[in-house]
Amino acid sequence: MRVALFVTCLADTMVPQAAVATVRLLERLGHEVVFPEDQTCCGQMHVNTGYPDDALRLVRRHVRVFAPYDVVVAPSGSCVGSVRHQHAMVARRAGDERLAVRAEDVASRTYELSEFLVDVLGVTDVGAYYPHRVTYHPTCHSLRMLRVGDRPLRLLRAVRGLDLVELPEAEQCCGFGGTFAVKNADTSTAMLADKMRNVLTTRADVCTAGDASCLMHIGGGLSRLRAGVRTVHLAEILASTEAEPAGGAVATMPGVPCRPDAPNPGGTR
Amino acid sequence: MTRTFLGMPATAPPGVGHLRGDEPFPAAARRALSDAQLRRNLGHATATIRARSGAVIDEVPDWPQLRAAARAVKTDTMARLPELLEQLETAVTRAGGTVHWAADAVEANRIVTDLVRAAGADRVMKVKSMATQEIGLNEALAAAGIEPVETDLAELIVQLGDDRPSHILVPAIHRNRAEIREIFLRAMPGVDPTISDEPAALAAAARRHLRETFLSTRVAVSGANFAVAETGALAVVESEGNGRMCLTLPETLITVMGIEKVVPTWRDLEIFLQLLPRASTGERMNPYTSMWTGVTPGDGPQAFHLVLLDNGRSAVLADPVGRQALHCIRCSACLNVCPVYERTGGHAYGSVYPGPIGAVLSPQLTGVDDNASLPYASTLCGACYDACPVMIDIPSILVHLRGQAPHPRAEATAMAAAAYTMDHPALYAAAQRAAKLSRLAGPRGRGLPPPLSGWTASRDLPEPPAETFRQWWADR
Repeated sequence: MRVALFVTCLADTMVPQAAVATVRLLERLGHEVVFPEDQTCCGQMHVNTGYPDDALRLVRRHVRVFAPYDVVVAPSGSCVGSVRHQHAMVARRAGDERLAVRAEDVASRTYELSEFLVDVLGVTDVGAYYPHRVTYHPTCHSLRMLRVGDRPLRLLRAVRGLDLVELPEAEQCCGFGGTFAVKNADTSTAMLADKMRNVLTTRADVCTAGDASCLMHIGGGLSRLRAGVRTVHLAEILASTEAEPAGGAVATMPGVPCRPDAPNPGGTR
Repeated sequence: MTRTFLGMPATAPPGVGHLRGDEPFPAAARRALSDAQLRRNLGHATATIRARSGAVIDEVPDWPQLRAAARAVKTDTMARLPELLEQLETAVTRAGGTVHWAADAVEANRIVTDLVRAAGADRVMKVKSMATQEIGLNEALAAAGIEPVETDLAELIVQLGDDRPSHILVPAIHRNRAEIREIFLRAMPGVDPTISDEPAALAAAARRHLRETFLSTRVAVSGANFAVAETGALAVVESEGNGRMCLTLPETLITVMGIEKVVPTWRDLEIFLQLLPRASTGERMNPYTSMWTGVTPGDGPQAFHLVLLDNGRSAVLADPVGRQALHCIRCSACLNVCPVYERTGGHAYGSVYPGPIGAVLSPQLTGVDDNASLPYASTLCGACYDACPVMIDIPSILVHLRGQAPHPRAEATAMAAAAYTMDHPALYAAAQRAAKLSRLAGPRGRGLPPPLSGWTASRDLPEPPAETFRQWWADR
């Protein structure tokens, strides 16, 4: 299948390893990946911060860039959520019904990675190998905007060598929320502290998710604590094989040793 | 209506009632976050209600259908609100009641004060009511020399503690029983000085205190959970029986009701009376459901007044996206699942309507400029939408209101510049290459300027990658 990669601006700029892993994974499964280079950002940050007029040009660009492709895949529940739930809304708000219809059309062919693997390709075992203790954070937009359900967990359970441990209070938001983390930094930090405490109780050495943004937030907090837990995008785990094991972590300081007995972060609030 | 209608409907007036806070949400939240006792009380209480509510909702096989039905009834109601309100007025009048229309808080307070004075009373007993909290009725009555006595236990705790409610359903959720004992010892007349902090002992003390009020007060003020347009019946649901006392014992009953509380038919109640208790208190059915229609000679209150309160609701109704906030049945399910509410508590929202529904309702009632920080008091995690028994899409309304909120000039400039750059791929790629966030941000991002320093106060920015994805792609 020919798949257009919607890389997302965050992965492109800050977490390219998640996007590289998506490419490697899809190619390993026998699909052709194309990267429409005129893509930039879906505009979610603008919409969610209250700038729908600025977002309009980005929506227009996104729709124009991806309209020619039958299937679009992104390693981000949040950005796919924006394409699916916000693009047509932004277009209609601006009175552009034609753009709204085209946006809905593109959205109907746009998938978050785990949706694409499980629903479109019909695979849960992607042949990955990842010998680590892993816990999964179901990011809010994957969970509630896209309803990816247990698809990521089914994919993770099929990874050889992987020890999957349940995250307590998994469905609670990590406190990122885009510009929320800046505009309401104190509340965001309090939510992150609880998320990190739950991650640490699992004694996992890797926390994974389908969104680079939430992982950057959680990983940034864990790094500040020198907790020794890495955050790794789901795509990297699924791309990892015995021949080509996954590389670096998202948003952690290099060279920090793994410390499963790291102190409870609740005390550092 | 006493006002001449001059174009767009008015928002709730400033200077009266409790819809506006003294400071923006982030500042109020910061103070709440530093209160460890508050964090513990709230975390414990919301987790308990969440678990209980989730369990009883799971028992109902047709919960999704009930939610959809409730939304359909509410959408229909809002579409023909004027007609239904006139029908309600006719039915209430026919049943012996008197209907008053209050454009805003000032007018509603004046109507109620005049009615109490006309009844010759200097004290009223009150059923817990969000509408009267919204308009600051207690303060208005006190200013007129009339003593309001709250009869809901939690509302009484708030009143005696000279405090403000912090939760729609559990106004004293921010207090634990040791703190409540202190309040009773300090402010409740005739309380046993050796009283323990056992819930039963505290409830017994409140009951003794209230019994005298119930038997000696001639006027009561209530809110209403529902009003049935076709019959003129009003309904109040509560858990302690105090409401039933207030609704049946006095000679005069005054009900203050937001105009959105009307439902078309008696049959519609069956939907809401199933949804409300499970979503709010986690009970299968409501302990006390009181309904009354006008007056009955020789039985119950002999004078009944219904005050229909607008106070910004028509303005909300005029917004096609925002109007679904008026579907709210004040169950507080969204508060109990909201991670922001759980950590900051209700006072941080500055309004009697806290939590996710407050973040969309308060700015609409007052006009967004007066509550501009509230639409941002959410991560848009969507837990509130999932929990709402009438399916109010709160995240979408939050985003919609952010689009109307006044923006800081620097932020608006940056957002426009970012959008322009992102609409020009060559510029965008150049910006990616040039920005080298490490240099801008310093080690672990600690050198970022405000407001971005808020992020790096507690988090490390990731190591900037050696190359962007598009560079990797171009080179492969």
